[in-house]
Amino acid sequence: MDASTQQPEQNNMTAPNGGGEREVILEARDVTVSFGDKTILENLSLDVYRGEILGFVGGSGTGKSVLLRTVLGLNKKQSGTIKLLGVDLDGANERTRMAVDMRTGVLFQHGALFSALTVLENIQVPMREYLDLPPKLMNELARLKIDLVGLPQDAGPKYPSELSGGMIKRAALARALALDPAIVFLDEPTSGLDPIGAADFDDLVKTLRDTLGLTVYMVTHDLDSLFSACDRIAVLGKKRVLVDGTIEDMLKSDEPWVKSYFRGKRARQIDLEARETA
Amino acid sequence: MLTKAEDGASADAQLQDNADIAVTEDGDGVTCTFTGPWTTHSVAQVDAGMRELENRDGVRSLRLDLGQVSSFDTAGAWLIKRLAQKQANKGADVDFVNASDTMAILLDAVDEMAKFEDAPVTAGRFDWLAPFEIVGRNVASLGTDFLAGMHILGSTIRGAQMKLGRGHAINPAAIASQIDKMGVGAIPVVVLMAAIVGAIIAQQGAFQLRYFGAEIFVVDLVGILIMRELGVLLTAIMIAGRSGSAITAEIGSMKMREEIDALQVIGLNPVGVLVFPRLVALVIALPCLSIIANFAALGGAMFVAWSYSGIPPQAFIDRLRESIDLSSILAGLIKAPFMAIIIGIIGSVEGMKVGGSAESLGRQVTTSVVKSIFIVIVVDGLFAMFYAAINF
Repeated sequence: MDASTQQPEQNNMTAPNGGGEREVILEARDVTVSFGDKTILENLSLDVYRGEILGFVGGSGTGKSVLLRTVLGLNKKQSGTIKLLGVDLDGANERTRMAVDMRTGVLFQHGALFSALTVLENIQVPMREYLDLPPKLMNELARLKIDLVGLPQDAGPKYPSELSGGMIKRAALARALALDPAIVFLDEPTSGLDPIGAADFDDLVKTLRDTLGLTVYMVTHDLDSLFSACDRIAVLGKKRVLVDGTIEDMLKSDEPWVKSYFRGKRARQIDLEARETA
Repeated sequence: MLTKAEDGASADAQLQDNADIAVTEDGDGVTCTFTGPWTTHSVAQVDAGMRELENRDGVRSLRLDLGQVSSFDTAGAWLIKRLAQKQANKGADVDFVNASDTMAILLDAVDEMAKFEDAPVTAGRFDWLAPFEIVGRNVASLGTDFLAGMHILGSTIRGAQMKLGRGHAINPAAIASQIDKMGVGAIPVVVLMAAIVGAIIAQQGAFQLRYFGAEIFVVDLVGILIMRELGVLLTAIMIAGRSGSAITAEIGSMKMREEIDALQVIGLNPVGVLVFPRLVALVIALPCLSIIANFAALGGAMFVAWSYSGIPPQAFIDRLRESIDLSSILAGLIKAPFMAIIIGIIGSVEGMKVGGSAESLGRQVTTSVVKSIFIVIVVDGLFAMFYAAINF
């Protein structure tokens, strides 16, 4: 593979689900990850298509976070290939890797905002690093992101330690979106938010997908999010993707864990509501 | 919907393009045609041009043609919306032409922000009073720090009990493990440092005393200096750097993650659980380390006296026995527990002051080490004056 074909494709104006063959933005094939002699993921394969919101569920300790970290290159994998934006990061040089980094955004579970910087400065970190923007424009764009994620403007000069949990989530999302990425990874974005805030967050993710053509990979346990925001759901279990499909597929599935997850007491209520509104 | 960017060849050509604006004027009507990619990565080039357009006066109608934009995101939308809003405020009629659906949604999304007026930037002016303000704040914080230190000392002396005096949670295992960490672990570095300093003093003393033919008195010099002052002072400084910083960092990071609050609500006294074992361990460990440092320094001095001045170890020890007595040894060792308490308390007080950020943790650790070394030296000076006054 030469360098020119390794370039990640640019953001074009294709509307999400624009018909025809859907473009694969993240492709994992036969990924195996183990720590010591404990295998966490074995021969896992997964496709994420451009412009979709993929919800990722699985019991505690099944390796959702490990997979996310492996995709992001924070964990080593024993075998398999992962292509992000059409680029295999294992064989990529520094330049292509940076180009991919610029087009991915990550929201870590606890926000991972830099505690020594204000919210505004946090959002500007990727801009400062990758783009040569005039300071005034950079301020405007950072404030735009603050507005976009539904934070009040007076949150900008605050430090992360002065923010509530929900605000930290939003500020972290604003930082993930700083460069208008093609794909964002969200690790439990609605955990710790009140139901109204969580619903707002789901709407926000959907709006961003519709406007920016964003692809969203969301690890979540929030059934509301899964029912209302996700186009497709993948279930992790037994070291691989057990099932993937729409919420209807999940409800039909015979897999015991999936059954108890989506047809349990807590799910039934939401299911009813979803059907009524549908 | 834009189809231009979708077919391969022209898409590549488009990507090479830069964002650009073509302005055509027709009387007091202006048409702006935007071309190329208008994304976060490209807007830097057109920002200045857009600001110029925004500030143009006398525009009656403004047509914004988005038909030739190859890619578009919030940054591009923001620049165009900013232009539209500024000109609309000046009374121009603004029209968007050829905007696709997704563009319209994006332009709507940034709408709220465009109305937001730029807050006036308050530039940091140079203030002549600023240095005095800093001094004043430091003096005031000295007072509160002293009170906080006394508070910790007070609760430690009262003991490590739980709230309401239930149970005496003195944990011998915790104290022993702290002694191991802060005392035993420090032995190699203390020995090495003390031996080198002892050797240096012996060499310098011998060199000067050689002029008077009184080289044997280097034993008196080294013996008294090390026993009364240097052994304990050097050890205290080393421990302040080694364990004082560790205490601040441990307590500080627990404070950052609300672990101190957790102790409190579980019904434990954070001072009792965290500070008490460390303080007790320091009070035990520092005198022991001082004794070890004394031996090491004398060993270093003895070696130099032998190799540099030709004083054999036997003569060195005989002379030492005459020059120092129990009071010289005690004069040094009495200071050790006080210094241990100072290091422990300053470390804890600074740890408790850590706020939410990693930066504040670093700042407090630095403050803790600097303060404890400074105060240890000051206290050593006070002891010297006290001993002189009572002829000890």
